[in-house]
Amino acid sequence: MNQYPAWKYLLIAVFLVVGILYALPNLYGEDPAVQISSARGTPLPDTVQGLVETRLADSKLKSKAIEAGQNRLLVRFNNTEDQLAAADVIKEALGNDYVVALNLAPSTPRWLQDIGAQPMYLGLDLRGGVHFLMEVDMDAAIQKALERYSSDLRTVLREAKVRYISIRPSSDKLAIKFRSAEDRTKGEERIHDEYRDLQLKEVDQGDSYVLDITLSENEMRETRKLALQQNITTLRNRVNELGVAEPIIQQQGDRRVVVELPGVQDTAAAKRILGATATLEYRAVDTQHDVEAALNGKVPAGSRLYKTRDGRPYLLKSRVIVTGDQIINARSGFDNNSGSPQVSVTLDGKGARKMLEFTKENVGKPMAVVFIENKTTSRIVDGKPVISNHQVEEIISVATIRDVFSKKFQTTGLDSPQEAHELALLLRSGALAAPIRIIEERTVGPSLGAENIEQGFESVVIGFCLVLVFMGLYYKVFGLVADLALAFNLVLIVALLSMLQATLTMPGIAGIVLTVGMAVDANVLIFERIREELRNGNTPQASIHAGYSKAFSTIADANVTTLIAGIVLFSFGTGPIKGFAVTLSLGIITSMFTAIMGTRAVINLAYGGRRLQRLPI
Amino acid sequence: MHILDKGTHIDFMGKRKLAMAFSLTLILISLVLLFTRGLSFGIDFTGGTLIEVAYPDAVELGGIRDVLQEAGFSDIQVQHFGTARDVLIRIAPRANTASAKLSEDVMTALKGADSAVEKRRVEFVGPQVGGELTEQGGLAVLYSLIGILIYVAMRFEYRFSLGAVAALIHDVIITLGVFSLFQVEFDLTVLAAILAVIGYSLNDTIVVFDRIRENFRKMRKGSPTQIMNASINQTLSRTLMTSGTTMLVLVALFLLGGEIIHSFALALIVGVFVGTYSSIFVAGALSLALGVSKADLMAVDKEGKEVDQTP
Repeated sequence: MNQYPAWKYLLIAVFLVVGILYALPNLYGEDPAVQISSARGTPLPDTVQGLVETRLADSKLKSKAIEAGQNRLLVRFNNTEDQLAAADVIKEALGNDYVVALNLAPSTPRWLQDIGAQPMYLGLDLRGGVHFLMEVDMDAAIQKALERYSSDLRTVLREAKVRYISIRPSSDKLAIKFRSAEDRTKGEERIHDEYRDLQLKEVDQGDSYVLDITLSENEMRETRKLALQQNITTLRNRVNELGVAEPIIQQQGDRRVVVELPGVQDTAAAKRILGATATLEYRAVDTQHDVEAALNGKVPAGSRLYKTRDGRPYLLKSRVIVTGDQIINARSGFDNNSGSPQVSVTLDGKGARKMLEFTKENVGKPMAVVFIENKTTSRIVDGKPVISNHQVEEIISVATIRDVFSKKFQTTGLDSPQEAHELALLLRSGALAAPIRIIEERTVGPSLGAENIEQGFESVVIGFCLVLVFMGLYYKVFGLVADLALAFNLVLIVALLSMLQATLTMPGIAGIVLTVGMAVDANVLIFERIREELRNGNTPQASIHAGYSKAFSTIADANVTTLIAGIVLFSFGTGPIKGFAVTLSLGIITSMFTAIMGTRAVINLAYGGRRLQRLPI
Repeated sequence: MHILDKGTHIDFMGKRKLAMAFSLTLILISLVLLFTRGLSFGIDFTGGTLIEVAYPDAVELGGIRDVLQEAGFSDIQVQHFGTARDVLIRIAPRANTASAKLSEDVMTALKGADSAVEKRRVEFVGPQVGGELTEQGGLAVLYSLIGILIYVAMRFEYRFSLGAVAALIHDVIITLGVFSLFQVEFDLTVLAAILAVIGYSLNDTIVVFDRIRENFRKMRKGSPTQIMNASINQTLSRTLMTSGTTMLVLVALFLLGGEIIHSFALALIVGVFVGTYSSIFVAGALSLALGVSKADLMAVDKEGKEVDQTP
């Protein structure tokens, strides 16, 4: 009686070995390291490693190891001073096309890396860093889309020779005013034919004939999706500028983005770079009117006054040719013939059509790019800080149209490769359809992170030891067996967390502590049953058997219900709560295995198939 | 070592009127507290900004208050956090605040007064996020209760299910009552703890119910009251043992886990305590009051087979 077939022992042994192997990387520390990747996420050229090596040798900095990974180069150092010094040297050597970030690289031995074992992924509350939740202003995105249509519709109506009084965009619709009902019907038919995605509605206001135009549900959804995607892409580029080793940029819901920057301490800089959202517009330069007159207050109708970064004024037409969200790509490079720096811009289909239309009629005339930044500032007014959102509009480039073009064109005549690079970066970050703002921030300083780890670790260890002693005293040998199972359980939780690369947070550690306390429950149930059976006069062997079998359904029921709470927590959870739910749920599952099968295996090995007078329980 | 040797024979059911009165009183007090004093919600739910800073030496809160007031922050709360060197600054949410810039301004002001100050933690939650979290949190508690209600009804019987869920609501209300009484900050981690309490307390209740079901089938003689009494007594040492080990680790967490985890550990300690009590005195008694009889549990026959499947 009470003997397991060999496969069960084997199964447990396999779990134990795998568990230990995958939990092992957590015991090795971390190396201070410098991580180098290309600013555009492209593979690194082979020359980089050589350059880094020679520069480090020149500066007499000793690296511990240099590892070339996928799209990145990792240089490990023996201490933080070397790491910081090296980062400066490398930054200087490589220039702006590369992201040089400080990192703590786990020093997992090669053979463990080869089987895919990694240490647990620590949350920001444990390693320090910034967490931002950002929200895209979808109303603005919709409004922008409507404004784009308004200039399209003007063209359509003009080409169809339908006369209208005005086209007015408001926050969620466009209102076109016509002189007569016939004009309106004609216009409506025309617009309906050209733009199936628009919803049209006739509204009569007194003696004017208005056509209200709204985006269809489908088009709105599409607009929102694009606005979000564009924001995410732009955020990625901006985060690269910050030089963060393992940033997370993730969509959350249909209008939000989570940005996590581990190790970033200068949150002010991070916010400036992330928060300065931008859009841009290509506009025609108004050459018919005088800039000087406009400066004195005589701004002609249909034009507006803008300034360049260094303060030169220009009069620009208020009609927008192409907006930032119609730009697919902007890249700096060199002109093949002259070798001078240039920026190549690619537009999407709609933008290309408009550009073609515009350039056809305007060769030889200048065109400007207006960069619009949404900035949030707080000022103190009457002793109270006043937060205001305002737009900074400035011209980043004025160039003469040399030829008719549509989808692809180059901006040349730039002074330096540096300027081309900057313009391309601005164009790219201006390729945003809607402003985005921070609606949640959680920053944890590095000292607090380290303290959290220490305290968390301490409470796990102390709680664990207390339970070990308590169980040992209370259930004697059986208690010690339960202790073994508890240790096994802890190893399995750590191994699973490492394998899944689930984020370990402070509440996650609390979940582990709680699991340690609750995991013995299964063993308590079993052991109490065994004691009861013994009291009822059963033989030790029969008592062991009955104890395990009778307790099983109780354990299952009790754990399933706790698991329900865990799953609800997980599905509801944001960041820290999720961490708690993960460890709690994992702990419940592993404890079922270790407390039932694990202890049974040991007890079967120790007592199974023997004649026993009494049990040490 | 045995705490409760040879099984106990305490008449728990006989005291159920007393226990009910006791529970109802506690619930009533808790509800009154919740409606009058309310909970001290953290910024997770209210929105606002929270900044934790550390100084190398103990600091006076008055000085910090003055510095911030001079910098133009009027509606602020400043308190020590854990030690006299750590300071927590709370800034209430503003209607038009869409920006996370506030914390920078506070740090600038503090740095200006004492450059040794170190930023430990900043949390900014926009008002709309706070509102959503409150709603989601309430829903999470509701969903887990519904999920549990269904599972227990399937595995046992609907009256047990109602008894169990009533016991859970009892635990949640009393735990919230304690938080209201001492005005301990109620944040996201506390909500997580409350959900864990639901799981834990249910765990306890299920174990007792399981035994009740088993005894209903086994003990041919005896009234439901006697059977319930016997079941609670038989599981009593397990109930106390598990609560004991859980309490041990929770106290360790409370004392060693640091300030951030304090309210979380407190919620669990209170919850486990109340949960243990409710699984002994409330859950069974309620199902009994709802009229659980032997016949109700005999029907589920396949149970017997499952028990034999030894792991």
